[in-house]
Amino acid sequence: MTEADRDYEHYEAVVVGAGPGGAAAAARLADAGVETVVLERGVEAGSKNVSGGLIYAEESAPYTIDELFDGFRENAAERPITEYHLHNVSGNKVKSFDISRLHHHDTEWSDAVLRRPMDSWLAEQVHEKTKEVGGGLLTDIRVNGLLRENGEIIGVTCDEIDPITADIVIAADGVNSELARDAGLMDWDDPEEWFQGVKAVVDVPPEAINERFGVGADEGAAHLFSGDLFEGVRGGGFVYTNEDSLSVGTVFHLDSLAAERAEPHELLDALLTHPFLAEWFGDEYSEREYAAKLVPDSKKVAHGSPHEDRLVLVGDAAGQMQAQGPIIKGMNHAVTAGALAAEAFVEAKNAGDPDAAGENYERKLRESGTMRKLRPRRYKAASAVGENGVATAISDAVLKSPLGSLGVKALERVGALDRLYSSPFMAMMVPDTRTPYVTLPSVIAEELGDPVDGESAVEPPDLADRIGGLAYDTDIGNPHIELLDNSYEASGVAVTACPVSARDFGGGCYREETVKTNGSTEQVVSLDTQPCVECGTCAVIADTDWEHPSGGKGVEFRSG
Amino acid sequence: MDTLTLTKGVPDFREGQVSFDEDGHLERGETPTVMNPNDRFALQAALQTKVRHGGRTSVMSMGPPGYKEVLGEAMESVYADDLYLLSDREMAAADTWATSITLGTAIEKLGLPDLIFAGFKTADGETGHTGLQTCWCLDIPIITHVVALDIEPEKGRVRAKRLVEGDVEEIETVEAPMPAMIVADPEFEPSYRTAGERLTLKDLRAKTSKRGEKYEEYLTVWDHEALNLDPDYIGLDGSPTIVESVDPIPKAPAERDATMVDPGDPDGLEDVLEEMEPFRAELAAGGD
Ligand SMILES: Cc1cc2nc3c(=O)[nH]c(=O)nc-3n(C[C@H](O)[C@H](O)[C@H](O)COP(=O)(O)OP(=O)(O)OC[C@H]3O[C@@H](n4cnc5c(N)ncnc54)[C@H](O)[C@@H]3O)c2cc1C
Ligand code: SF4
Repeated sequence: MTEADRDYEHYEAVVVGAGPGGAAAAARLADAGVETVVLERGVEAGSKNVSGGLIYAEESAPYTIDELFDGFRENAAERPITEYHLHNVSGNKVKSFDISRLHHHDTEWSDAVLRRPMDSWLAEQVHEKTKEVGGGLLTDIRVNGLLRENGEIIGVTCDEIDPITADIVIAADGVNSELARDAGLMDWDDPEEWFQGVKAVVDVPPEAINERFGVGADEGAAHLFSGDLFEGVRGGGFVYTNEDSLSVGTVFHLDSLAAERAEPHELLDALLTHPFLAEWFGDEYSEREYAAKLVPDSKKVAHGSPHEDRLVLVGDAAGQMQAQGPIIKGMNHAVTAGALAAEAFVEAKNAGDPDAAGENYERKLRESGTMRKLRPRRYKAASAVGENGVATAISDAVLKSPLGSLGVKALERVGALDRLYSSPFMAMMVPDTRTPYVTLPSVIAEELGDPVDGESAVEPPDLADRIGGLAYDTDIGNPHIELLDNSYEASGVAVTACPVSARDFGGGCYREETVKTNGSTEQVVSLDTQPCVECGTCAVIADTDWEHPSGGKGVEFRSG
Repeated sequence: MDTLTLTKGVPDFREGQVSFDEDGHLERGETPTVMNPNDRFALQAALQTKVRHGGRTSVMSMGPPGYKEVLGEAMESVYADDLYLLSDREMAAADTWATSITLGTAIEKLGLPDLIFAGFKTADGETGHTGLQTCWCLDIPIITHVVALDIEPEKGRVRAKRLVEGDVEEIETVEAPMPAMIVADPEFEPSYRTAGERLTLKDLRAKTSKRGEKYEEYLTVWDHEALNLDPDYIGLDGSPTIVESVDPIPKAPAERDATMVDPGDPDGLEDVLEEMEPFRAELAAGGD
């Protein structure tokens, strides 16, 4: 025990964040009798969180959420996903493929979830378990940094309570982890390393879901969309069935979104209003919630050695979010990593060397095969070709030419396209270029797709109404984001890329302004954090000093 | 650290709840009874003490049987171990003096706790006497206008930050031996700076909501016989105060007129600018 440990409040373990990663870590620690306190910044666990989302239980994973939490599927999840389709879109033409095989590959089960109900249920279980061993779970507490002594990490500091020291600090604080950044393990610099996810939860009665999707009461469907729907921005859309709602969203490469100056809410609307989806919503479109969040791309950022002193990173905080082609796997890996980190600490402690926890954890990530899924070695080889601009231009040109169209038709005749879309191996290798996201799907739809008749009557709410529908507890006079450089060059792209801002919209976070100084005019941006949904986008693409709001402050998602 | 919080019921003076007769007199029968709003701060101080130091937390009130709901309300807002209501006909219509005698006797029967918490004056009487007089009966010190507390149970001392003359700008720290009475100011802010305290608080909150539903199980009612009090010294007979009459306070006349201007109406806005013109001249002239 160091000097500092004696002065400060001490727990054996501090877990920061009560998402799936933090919940798994805390449960596993408590089960092993480790005195654990969990600190979560939301008013309730889940109130800050957004995912698509389908949570997977992989056959090959060392841990699954239902193993750690009895009754998870009955109490915290929506519908099990029993069928999976991919739709290539070109205008009103759609060519669909059944990719259930890809979905079921290595999958024990997979359920649709909404994060507020899911995470808050998990948090209750975690609180009960950790209370048994002298700890517990606290909400409304934002950890704002690492506590160091003689340069070594020994605990955390918080906005609301005094510093806490611990033998292990598990940072499960999600994407834009302030702790990972504080430790120098992650930076928020490169838009190419991130996706931005935007999502609407839409009310649809359970019977209507069963009927419109052709599923039973305890079945569910997933649908993915790619092609020319999204103004050439690289990414895709999804529709997942919940108990009595649909999760409809988009996930785009952040660099592409920024480069195209695309408006995320408009891209979501392009999906929502496509005639193919019209009948799913029925006559009355009723949007329950609009939300957004960044998603790290594990292929580029999953940290090979996510620990430092007594700190370990798990889940999104360590970049452990796998985009397996169209299938997104973040929650399951967060669960695995959280449990492995806990296991690593327990082993190190039992061996009388708690400081070895970080090394143990790194080894477990490797030996369990988790690292290989997150950062496939072959991806590096594939991307060397895929991300090369010239190669893209050539393959795009070939695909769009009569030759390409012929090729696509030929592939279809021999069933090669079906096989291609169902191959987990191919999905893992998809390069981050326009070709797989936009060009190929559009060509496929153009050549092989059937036109969808009719117009969609769906009128999504505008941004003002979407913001108006969210609950906020604003920390007045204490904005959590500071614009460091307000020039248009440095931060202007936030006006479009921020999911609650838009050109010519005064009610969002970022606004474009023209100021006149000494006869010359200058274009600048201004920031109002009140409508912020804390997605993290402007931490990466604008010049800001970006923090999360204090505990309980800021936006509160009800569905997530 | 055992504590007792004193609370009472008052008419619910909020708009829509309170009713007055034609002469402007309060209609008690028509107006619901709620906990004296200032007592909430006393309860928060008691809760903070329980979270930090543990021990028993009791709440007491003197009044008609209907006040038991006020005790239920207290139970809903903080965890209380037990509730006491001092109530019978002989105690009715007591002034602050008779009330203090009754409360003091009941507290002695209960056993003097380490700290007694009270709210800063009641919303109906507004005298602020009851706490002081009760302390006089019990012969214990009192600290009023308290905004923060620091208790050292092992030394038997309490240190309090209090507002001097009720002024937020001027704060003094005073110390008193326990047992003592603490009168919490509306500016009292409970503070929980450790994870351990917050976990205890969370635990108590979870239990409190369950107890609130069946608060009557934790309630003890004492009448004057239980307290062994002579009816001549309590209630109306024991009250030296004579209320001659109650005059309604006339409504203050509005000093300012307001004119509504439609922000979309340029003429209206023009008028506003014109009205403001003299001030601009003043500003330009260097006035402040
Ligand atoms: C639109 C979208 C769709 C997605 N779809 C899927 C999908 O279908 N399947 C899938 O598996 N994944 C999906 N993901 C990714 C998935 O949501 C994440 O990978 C997953 O949530 C990561 O879990 P985590 O526990 O690491 O972090 P999170 O779930 O983000 O939890 C972090 C927690 O830490 C808290 N926190 C953060 N900072 C602090 C602080 N300083 N102090 C205290 N607490 C703090 C947060 O409030 C939060 O509760 C999607 C993401 C998005 C945005
Ligand atoms: S201000 Fe930044 S963090 Fe907030 S919603 Fe906009 S882009 Fe996201």
